[in-house]
Amino acid sequence: MATAERTAPRFKVESLLGMAVLTAAVAWIIWSFSSGPVIFTQVLTIGLSNGALYALIALGYTMVYGIIELINFAHGDLFMLGSVIGAIFLEEWLGQTKSSPKAWLILALTMLFAMAACALINMFIEKVAYRRLRNAPKLAPLITAVGVSFILQNVGILMNGSAPHSRTSVLPSSSLELGPIEVRVKYIVVVAVTVPLLLLMTWIVQKTRVGKAMRATAQDRDASLLMGINVDRIISFTFALGGALAGAAGVLFLEVNQQTRYDAGFRLGLIAFTAAVLGGVGNLVGAVVGGVLLGVIQALNDGAPHFFGQQWTQTVMFSILIIMVIFRPGGIFGKHQQEKV
Amino acid sequence: MSEQASTSTSTSTSDRGGGKPPVLTITDLHLYYGNIAAVKGISLEVYQGEIVTLIGANGAGKSTTMRAISGLMKPRKGEIAFEGKKVSGLRGNEVAKLGIAQSPEGRRIFPRMTVAENLELGAFLRKDKAAIQDDLERIFDLFPRLKERIAQKGGTLSGGEQQMLAMGRALMAQPRLLLLDEPSMGLAPVLVDVVFEIIERVNAQGTTILLVEQNALAALNIGNYAYVLETGQIGLEGPAKDLANNEAVRNAYLGHA
Repeated sequence: MATAERTAPRFKVESLLGMAVLTAAVAWIIWSFSSGPVIFTQVLTIGLSNGALYALIALGYTMVYGIIELINFAHGDLFMLGSVIGAIFLEEWLGQTKSSPKAWLILALTMLFAMAACALINMFIEKVAYRRLRNAPKLAPLITAVGVSFILQNVGILMNGSAPHSRTSVLPSSSLELGPIEVRVKYIVVVAVTVPLLLLMTWIVQKTRVGKAMRATAQDRDASLLMGINVDRIISFTFALGGALAGAAGVLFLEVNQQTRYDAGFRLGLIAFTAAVLGGVGNLVGAVVGGVLLGVIQALNDGAPHFFGQQWTQTVMFSILIIMVIFRPGGIFGKHQQEKV
Repeated sequence: MSEQASTSTSTSTSDRGGGKPPVLTITDLHLYYGNIAAVKGISLEVYQGEIVTLIGANGAGKSTTMRAISGLMKPRKGEIAFEGKKVSGLRGNEVAKLGIAQSPEGRRIFPRMTVAENLELGAFLRKDKAAIQDDLERIFDLFPRLKERIAQKGGTLSGGEQQMLAMGRALMAQPRLLLLDEPSMGLAPVLVDVVFEIIERVNAQGTTILLVEQNALAALNIGNYAYVLETGQIGLEGPAKDLANNEAVRNAYLGHA
């Protein structure tokens, strides 16, 4: 009883502090908006587009964690491979460097190709590197994932070279004008591709038979076996889904940033991992919200009035992560489910 | 190492199952956790239509045996055969496909899924939608409590309700062999009787049952044949009625001094 009495007020102080931080953030955003609504909104659209990318990658982290409780540190590098594979397929094999309706179609094909390639690579990694370690102490697969990350980076160097490689985008570089606000077409494309992919993902996980098996496997692997669920195949499928999303993100990243580099996966992977933690690792909706949130925060800090500017962006993002982990270790949505064992 | 119960004079294996071969045969099964032997060479048989009970103290190896039958554990030595087919070495999902379902120790229901979803997962391998719906109704007849809780998440149920859900989920597979590991665990005394009644009813409808129980008296009352497991070995076996009257069993498991 004594501990309960002692923790109760501390809890209140924490939530008050949390509320204060939140209120300050909202006030800051309103201040920024009112100082320059046009630039603010424009920056916001960039943030949404970046956030969509982060969400795609974060989903791969969170799905894999959800099902085998592994932080797959190689996931960011898989995304990098996706962008390199996409660039090679689009530019070097099919020779598309200019914007045209035909090139857009080929871009769609590239997207599918990169998704399939990353799905296969991720399934292969799971099979050779992680499957045998499934019942090993948690540290073993974690270190293996770091090792796989290095391997993928070196594959990236082989395919892309050790220096950043300039690429051309086949998307129009024009902007849409909505009143005073200009939105670059490529950002619209990113969102237009990401949203259906996320909806498709949600549908697969929530409504299909394989999705039901995924959720069951995530909750209790032995019980799933008793139900007749082929757990190995379901885990493999989860890696394939995560890989496909990383591949899609890679091609979108290529089109937006017009370069490929072997170390792109490290930074993006870290941000996406942060997004997954923000949303509560293992929580699919949380990963998407976390990704979009980080994208928006990053863009606002980069370009909106009264923020700290680009040189502080990483500091701001990871400070938010630290604050979040202190006050809400379970992520934005927390973990409310009570489990009786 | 199986010796007949001293009181069972009339029992030879050919009496059980009316001359048909057993549904489940376990031969000289050895199971290990790491280097620790949990089961040391047990052999047992389950015949079509029987309720076979496995009783024994904590740590005797009952649940371990159940896990091995379901393919969640690989035997170090020995063989498990179901309907003449070797199942030891198969993976859990492959064993389930052959028609063995288990309501496992600790219930192992899916905590973040609703009661309905849990039951649907029990029928994961079935394609006959209409029959699944009928079975769902049947489960709700057996356990009206589950129907009241249909939209509730499994993890929020009481222990007894979870136990019913685990059993209902196993029944949803329409198994030919049903493994029940401590189905009365955590149940209120009133419900214990209900659950044993349900086990008998399910058995009467044609499902062969292997039952692990701490509640030895109730288990011996509904069982046809029983095995007593003692530290990983079969200590006694015989018709359940005989074992219920066996002095050693009564002293050790039934609380009669």
